[in-house]
Amino acid sequence: MTDMTPEATPRAAQSLFTRTDNVRRRYRRGSVLKYLGLGAIGLVLFFLCVLLWSILSRGIPAFFQYQAEIQLYYDPEILEADGTGPEALGELSLRSDLERGIFAQSLRRTLEDSGIDTAAFDDGDLSALIYAANRRDVRDELVADPDLVGQTVTVGVPISLNITRYLTGGLSGEGTSGMPPGFNREQLDLIDQMVAAGLVDRNFNWGFFTNEYSQSGEVAGIGPALMGSAYMMLVVLVFSLVFGVAASIYLEEFAPKNKFTDFIEINIANLAAVPSIVFGILGAAILLTLGDLGFGSSIRGTALLGGIVLSLMTLPTIVIATRSALKAVPPSIRDAALGVGASKLQTVFHHTLPLAMPGILTGTIIGIAQALGETAPLLLIGLSVSTGASILSSPFTGGLLEQAQSMPTVVYLFAQNQDLPVREGLAQAAIIVMLALLFALNIIAILLRRRFERRW
Amino acid sequence: MKDQRLTDREVDMQDIKISAHGVQVFYGDTHAIKDVDVEIADKTVTAFIGPSGCGKSTFLRCLNRMNDTIDAARVEGDIRIDGEDIYDARVDPVQLRAKVGMVFQKPNPFPKSIYDNVAYGPRIHGLAKTKGDLDNIVEQALRRAALWNEAKDRLDKPGTGLSGGQQQRLCIARAIATEPEVLLMDEPCSALDPIATGQVEELIDELRSNYSVVIVTHSMQQAARVSQKTAFFHLGNLVEYDETGKIFTNPQDPRTESYISGRIG
Repeated sequence: MTDMTPEATPRAAQSLFTRTDNVRRRYRRGSVLKYLGLGAIGLVLFFLCVLLWSILSRGIPAFFQYQAEIQLYYDPEILEADGTGPEALGELSLRSDLERGIFAQSLRRTLEDSGIDTAAFDDGDLSALIYAANRRDVRDELVADPDLVGQTVTVGVPISLNITRYLTGGLSGEGTSGMPPGFNREQLDLIDQMVAAGLVDRNFNWGFFTNEYSQSGEVAGIGPALMGSAYMMLVVLVFSLVFGVAASIYLEEFAPKNKFTDFIEINIANLAAVPSIVFGILGAAILLTLGDLGFGSSIRGTALLGGIVLSLMTLPTIVIATRSALKAVPPSIRDAALGVGASKLQTVFHHTLPLAMPGILTGTIIGIAQALGETAPLLLIGLSVSTGASILSSPFTGGLLEQAQSMPTVVYLFAQNQDLPVREGLAQAAIIVMLALLFALNIIAILLRRRFERRW
Repeated sequence: MKDQRLTDREVDMQDIKISAHGVQVFYGDTHAIKDVDVEIADKTVTAFIGPSGCGKSTFLRCLNRMNDTIDAARVEGDIRIDGEDIYDARVDPVQLRAKVGMVFQKPNPFPKSIYDNVAYGPRIHGLAKTKGDLDNIVEQALRRAALWNEAKDRLDKPGTGLSGGQQQRLCIARAIATEPEVLLMDEPCSALDPIATGQVEELIDELRSNYSVVIVTHSMQQAARVSQKTAFFHLGNLVEYDETGKIFTNPQDPRTESYISGRIG
């Protein structure tokens, strides 16, 4: 009661209809605080909108892909110039034979069939419009199936990403700054004619979710990253939930309160604040140790190693959440259980733990969401090295032990790409997928809490 | 409850169920119970009265070793139930608590169904072999706790959904379902309204025929209404222990008289 005046002065008669200075001053203070709070929230919302707008405006177009419908003719004259058979096909030049030969010729033929004049363009001008460079996949297909030679297949070949930017309106096609780099006005006119002739389709790019990572933005995907992240979350869930909950139950319900448990408690709190890169170094050290023992390189960059490192990071979060959830269970419930003769273990497993479950689950999901977005430690243990082809080829048999990627590292790879459209489209698209996953996880956390919440 | 005048209330001489000698309890450095000697009779309601913080609840919790769960608490002295020292190293507190049931100050049903609340004790102690046995135990316990008629149609509904008085009777049913020999009640009516209190008190009087009931109460009227013997605690000392009629009409110690007449506490 410090704000009372020490001497009670007789109060002058005061009408209730007018506010006293004192009351007015108090209201002024309250409203200042209120407007400061509103201002802060407004600022946060503003930044959130800017963030979402910049990600969505660039990321959403990347989910769609323009494809040119091409009658791809595997011309025997080009393909069998150096001989026949799989060996000879394997020796095909990606540039002169496939890109300039098969793809450019097929495109030219398709365009001529639709009545578009291509005499003004050389093969390089034409093949640059579509994804034709470095088509190892086509060469591998031919080696696997030499009978394709001489056949004509209708395929949708992705339009080059730079041209895609023109088609989506990202580039105007006017002036130097509006041109896709490396293209001229005539090529853009040709594309316009292709669109008018119905040779270009815009489809949802399912390949983005299933393809492996690639330097070429036209076919790059987040398949291995999704799988790697899923596997890592599984590892994190198993490791950190089991160890975290076990550790919390011991510390909260069984451990004596002494200097040693205090010390452990402080260290768990500290562990939660350790920068993630430190865990990466730890993971790398595990890797080196295992390497010295003779099987280190095989687990480099695998979802298993990534999951273990992320579990170490998530563990303190889960321990802290679980302990506070256990603490929040009213002691009267423990008394009740002990009072009817339940043992300590029965009390914990029949009563305390079930009641703490919503808190534990919420903490776990928040920890997993944190782990899902963690990048730095994964870069250090090599989850950004492989393209992830191996995990895609054997997703279930060797999933945990194949070279994998993760969502944040694939964002990092996309964002590092030399190619502006990859950097500005696919990186954001991958971020959208990651945010959607995080959002889903948080929704699940809220639903679980609602579902299991009990009042007493 | 039989309407008896306090002075006329006869106390049958019963066997001694619990005998405590030289009991001392320390909470860390605090000396909470100072050298208490008490003998509690079988098939009798014994009331512990006294002002807040006098140690009556602490002493009650010694009788089924609930103080074991408090790290800082230390119990000395000799407490015997049927002549067996309950603080002997061979005694398992879990087994002891099956024999000495407890009802707490605040109704604390498990957040489970009414049936599961009552069935929990019999289940963990393996008292029922079949589902039918268990159903029977639950029904008997609820009947004896005078809750059967209110609860029989909602056995699968959560126990926390009952009213305060019903919850406390559920807790009593839960405690007697394990067939204890002694029932400890720590201010069982302090969270209840007068009507619910009346029901619980009536119940306590009926339970006397089967159990030795020890009740801690804040209310002297309650002690006078339900108990045959009364112990008055003050500042950790057992000041006076005698038949209820004597304590309330002719207290020997001036402190008891001051408390009874409302001058202290």
